[in-house]
Amino acid sequence: MQSNTKILAQEFEYFAPKTLDEALSLLDNYKDKNTKILAGGTDLLVKMKTTDLKIDYLINIKNIPELNFIDTAFGLKIGAAVPLSHIERVEKVKERYPALYEGIKSMAAIAVRNMGTIVGNICNASPAADTVPSLIAYGAEVKLLSKRGERAVLVEDFITGVGKTVIEKDELISRISLPEMKKNSGSAFSKKGRVKADIAKINLAVCLEREGNLCKDCRIVLGSVAEKAIRAKKAESLIKGQTVSISLIEKIAKKASEEIKPIDDIRSSLTYRTEIARVMVEELVRIAWERSGGELKP
Amino acid sequence: MKKLVIEFTINQQKRRLFVKPNDLLINIIRNDLFLTGSKYSCGIGECGACTVLLDGEPVLSCLTLAATVDGKEITTIEGLAKGNELHPMQISFLKNAAVQCGFCTPSMILTATALLKENPNPTEDEIRDYIRGNICRCTGYVQIVKAIKSCAIEQNS
Repeated sequence: MQSNTKILAQEFEYFAPKTLDEALSLLDNYKDKNTKILAGGTDLLVKMKTTDLKIDYLINIKNIPELNFIDTAFGLKIGAAVPLSHIERVEKVKERYPALYEGIKSMAAIAVRNMGTIVGNICNASPAADTVPSLIAYGAEVKLLSKRGERAVLVEDFITGVGKTVIEKDELISRISLPEMKKNSGSAFSKKGRVKADIAKINLAVCLEREGNLCKDCRIVLGSVAEKAIRAKKAESLIKGQTVSISLIEKIAKKASEEIKPIDDIRSSLTYRTEIARVMVEELVRIAWERSGGELKP
Repeated sequence: MKKLVIEFTINQQKRRLFVKPNDLLINIIRNDLFLTGSKYSCGIGECGACTVLLDGEPVLSCLTLAATVDGKEITTIEGLAKGNELHPMQISFLKNAAVQCGFCTPSMILTATALLKENPNPTEDEIRDYIRGNICRCTGYVQIVKAIKSCAIEQNS
């Protein structure tokens, strides 16, 4: 463990491939070693400085044009090398994916968002990751590439625990894709921290689809309350197919707060997290419902 | 550890350097190029004191490997003034007494110039939000926000 954060003491070999193929070959060559992909480095370099994470080979993917794109033609596709700040400036993200927009905006500060990537945020697999709840709520999936082939995995299934994902040593994520949002859908993100730039005590995203006065589909995803961001599935099932009212929203908020299993840590306590989860779910389902164009009766 | 050759532009000057893969940009800027305006403080991306502009965008030089700036353009606080003529943001910081110990000032000014490029007429809330990653521990933020606001007003008039 290094306590001097002024330097990076550990030694490693560095690569900056210019094509995707080159990057995949490097990953394949060094799959049996401690090899890591470097994108923004805002999490990785901190870990290299402050933990005993050992790296032999570092592959910088930021110079690969194939990973540096945002495609808004149908749904939303974002390459692995795109910095977070470039995503928040896309008009469609603000309009059609407000929960993702709000999640990104809530992260750290502009310098960190100019460096860090959305795919990096997923791969870091922190339970407090601010893009993950909205990505799960939108049903986003990542595309994994390797010399062996490719596969697609839902973000919901990709992260398995604290810092744990299903990515193999020779794989890299090329892009993340979000489905096209329906007209009558609404979504929102919210987070509690002491100050804005903080790591979340708790964060939450809601995405729902409206049909008249009925809620056709709804996803409620909470972060920082378990080993990974989790869906409040019992609460979701209470609202699906129902006429949405204030009393129903109060009921599902209570249910959602009973479903989560938060812990006491330096950032917050179990009691606080449980209570604030109820308040936040109530507020956010209401906002998402109103954004979908729905009216609210008592 | 094998050294790498990197070429980049810093404050409009082309540079060619040999760096180690684990060299941090902040140390190259301060120790090799003697540009000591950028400060090392927390080293983990919390304080913003090491902020430099990379292709015009604020980034943290303490979390950037020097090897990764190959082919890029960097601006540090030393590159803002044109000869003896200070940048309008620097003048505004002086006029509004937005400097006390000066440690956060280079990063604060660089971040502020990036803000005005992105949003030429920011509200007070937008200013405070944009500089939230740049921590000042002496003046408080009132004069800093005022300096950025008045620089924007002056630029727009």
